[in-house]
Amino acid sequence: MAHRLWRWVADHWVLVIGLLVLAYLFVPIGVVAAMSFRESGHNAPYTLQNYHFTLRNWAHPFGAGGIQDAFLLSIGIAALSTVGATILGTLMSFALARHTFRGRSATNALIFLPMATPEIVMGSSLLALFVAAGVPLGFWTIVIAHIMFCLSFVVVTVKARLAGLDPRLQEAAMDLYADERQTFLRVTLPLVMPGIVAAALLSFSLSFDDFIVTNFNSGSLVTFPMYIWGAAQRGIPPQINVIGTAMFAISFLLVLAGQLRSLRRRSA
Amino acid sequence: MSALGHLGTGSVASATPSDQPVAGGRRRRWVPYVLLLPGILWLLLFFAIPCLELLATSLYDPSGSLETGYAMTWHFANYSDAVREYAGHFGRSIGYAALTTLITLLIGYPLAYAIALKGGRWKNLMLVGVIAPFFTSFLIRTLAWKVILSDDGPVVSTLNALHVPLPDGRLLATGPAVIAGLVYNFLPFMVLPLYASLEKLDPRLLEAAGDLYARPVSRFFRVALPLSMPGVVAGTLLTFIPAAGDYINAQLLGTTRQYMIGNVIESKFLKVGDYPGAAALSFALMAAILVLVLVYVRRAGTEEVL
Amino acid sequence: MTEQDHGNTDADLHIVGVTKRFGTFTAVDDLTLTVPQGSFFALLGASGCGKTTTLRMVAGLEEPTAGRILLGTQDVTRLRPYKRPVNTVFQSYALFPHLSIFDNIAFGLRRRGIRDHAKQVEQMLHLVELDGYGSRRPAQLSGGQQQRVALARALINQPQVLLLDEPLGALDLKLRRQMQIELKRIQTEVGITFVHVTHDQEEAMTMADTVAVMNAGRIEQLGAPTDMYEFPGTAFVANFLGQSNLLAATVTGVSGDDVLVQAYGERFSLPAARCRLTAGTAWLGVRPEKLHLAPTPDAVPTGHQAVRGEVTDSSYVGVSTQYLVRAPWGDELTVFVPNSGIAAPLAVGSEVVVHWRPEHAFLIERAPDETVAPMPEPEDAVGVGT
Repeated sequence: MAHRLWRWVADHWVLVIGLLVLAYLFVPIGVVAAMSFRESGHNAPYTLQNYHFTLRNWAHPFGAGGIQDAFLLSIGIAALSTVGATILGTLMSFALARHTFRGRSATNALIFLPMATPEIVMGSSLLALFVAAGVPLGFWTIVIAHIMFCLSFVVVTVKARLAGLDPRLQEAAMDLYADERQTFLRVTLPLVMPGIVAAALLSFSLSFDDFIVTNFNSGSLVTFPMYIWGAAQRGIPPQINVIGTAMFAISFLLVLAGQLRSLRRRSA
Repeated sequence: MSALGHLGTGSVASATPSDQPVAGGRRRRWVPYVLLLPGILWLLLFFAIPCLELLATSLYDPSGSLETGYAMTWHFANYSDAVREYAGHFGRSIGYAALTTLITLLIGYPLAYAIALKGGRWKNLMLVGVIAPFFTSFLIRTLAWKVILSDDGPVVSTLNALHVPLPDGRLLATGPAVIAGLVYNFLPFMVLPLYASLEKLDPRLLEAAGDLYARPVSRFFRVALPLSMPGVVAGTLLTFIPAAGDYINAQLLGTTRQYMIGNVIESKFLKVGDYPGAAALSFALMAAILVLVLVYVRRAGTEEVL
Repeated sequence: MTEQDHGNTDADLHIVGVTKRFGTFTAVDDLTLTVPQGSFFALLGASGCGKTTTLRMVAGLEEPTAGRILLGTQDVTRLRPYKRPVNTVFQSYALFPHLSIFDNIAFGLRRRGIRDHAKQVEQMLHLVELDGYGSRRPAQLSGGQQQRVALARALINQPQVLLLDEPLGALDLKLRRQMQIELKRIQTEVGITFVHVTHDQEEAMTMADTVAVMNAGRIEQLGAPTDMYEFPGTAFVANFLGQSNLLAATVTGVSGDDVLVQAYGERFSLPAARCRLTAGTAWLGVRPEKLHLAPTPDAVPTGHQAVRGEVTDSSYVGVSTQYLVRAPWGDELTVFVPNSGIAAPLAVGSEVVVHWRPEHAFLIERAPDETVAPMPEPEDAVGVGT
């Protein structure tokens, strides 16, 4: 038995290492989940020592002061930024994938640069601009910043999808009596949609999770990551772990369900 | 999910034009400009101009303040002061980022390889696994590492039991802890582009190499690795650049002795209020990264990626 | 299903003086062509000869640099693709992956605002023998089934002309043969004009009423497959449609109904009806299966033309044995001998006499400085279009 296991490991050692690395990615998630069930006072040390199980934190996920406002604020910012970045980025990807025009490489450089710039530089330079222009920091400055850094990722994602699209499909649509508008709505858009959805999901998570750029441009507002940051200095309420675990579980299940559905459809 | 897989290579290889002839070819010339205009304006207004503004700020007279205003005096000394005063932080940033990149490449490659070529029908599930940690805020995950690496945590007690000597007998608040945090946080940025380029690798090429007397090791170094070079380049850039500018890991998992240049910039901007100094540091950081990236890309022999 | 009016209304496809340039490259060069209504027309040529570009211009997917395209009397040259009564079966099919088979087939009818299409779609599925497949997705179908969906999706619109761009290129040999017969059956059934682009000469010959051989953007020859095979018009066609032995000859005179030629010092004659020219330099051509082998000059039937030679190679291919025979002037002639079991196989090195009936030869034009017959580029990959 042990011998056979050893044989399998020897034959699949790359897969074994890969799975170990994958497991490593989940280690902190496990800790967060464990901490979410930990009995603790408000300012208890953030540790797994003296562990006592409780469901109380899950019964009151927004029990800690200010956590609900921060969470909802982040959701709102992420939603707006996602819509903005996805629309602007999708338009740009269509121009880049479908048209020849002057200034193409300059445009590509402008899209690439934000991805190659450390967040701290983007955040600080934007702060300098807002201060110089006398723009009050707050909700809209955060949204402006988030759309800016999500934009490049949207363009890259949607453009990849567009590049993989067989141009003959659009020709076939036109051949079958679909005019330009119908071809776009009935063929191009549905086929590019997975790329747009992926770009939107990416934007949402980038925006929701952003701390560095937000920290520079938020003024007195406190987003969810900033709330965690503040809590890390003072003492971490267990509800943060509850929300972290719940977010992970919900998104993971959603993605998994989507994967299973597409698997079943393919093999049906 | 597959679109996320494209992310890495796409981001660097974004310059490949796909100018297929479009049906009819009767497109109007202004259409691309209209499509591009809002996005370009946004990037110019909120990225390019602020960057130039920051460049200008870095040359202001540092004796001013936000209240009294700054005078443009082409004060290049801001740069020499910054580099002289914070050389250690610069060195640490580059060093930590380089080590982080190396380690993520070493552990990320087998994972990407396993997903792309050994994943079979579990491929998509494994890919979800790589992205899944993103679903929890990275600050929460970094705080979890604080728990794991703490003095009474599982890692330290295991190492103690194995009699592995630790500096000061602890792990948290040391350089290795900061690097561990960086590695963890940026691993997916390495794995995704690697996966994207390995997925395009035809497994028959490896079989052909085996058929032509290549042993597994040379099969890897002569065939798989060269063909996945675009992914390696994309992954190292996507890891190195943000890691060099990061300050969260140093602050949460280290002490002031592990602080990186990001911590200095952050405090100069948000706590000290020394805008010219902070701007000079930001630009020095960008310049350093740019030089290193250019040298690296030259070496890697794939110049077209930029 | 729709018997089109064969009366006085002109519904032929006319291509008039069409040229298409991509930058400095001329893909189609002053092409003029008429495809009669209801015919099965094949455009045959190697990759890069301009056949697919021609098809795309008829479909409206490419705009001609010069010239006009007419459907009957209607000038469609500048008409958008969706305004033309023309449909295409694309190479590798271009089925919409996000739509079911039913929705793929109904696509054209829906775009034209035809509501009650369910019955028509079912009829189409039946015509291409895919009853019950309507709810599937293209990815769940085999190559041959996808091909038939592509056909149904185009045919349901009852176009005036159906364009087929290498429609069988992606199928394996056996399926391709089967689909050739199937396509021919459907064409006869619906009576629509089919314009079929292919690089496979056998496919063009089995299916089409009329074949046009294209080369470098021009039509080399146009005609019924048998006529073209039996009496090719140019050296290119002689070697593109099947194989030919071409001898560089010079016409020496005319004697009654016969034309006399000289090649490599030997004299030959053939009927004037088999000659494209009666003076100057020419290629004397004979198909390999029209050549016979005799052991000695005495065994050659009277009236046959003959050349001595030595067998240099023999390959057994089942139905026939293919011999290479070196003629006295050094060139090799290809001879196909059917394996009918009558003659014993010949060993390499045997002395033989190659002979043929004069009326099986043909005489075509040759430039005076040409001594080696032009060979068309062999098609290396199946399904590689222009």
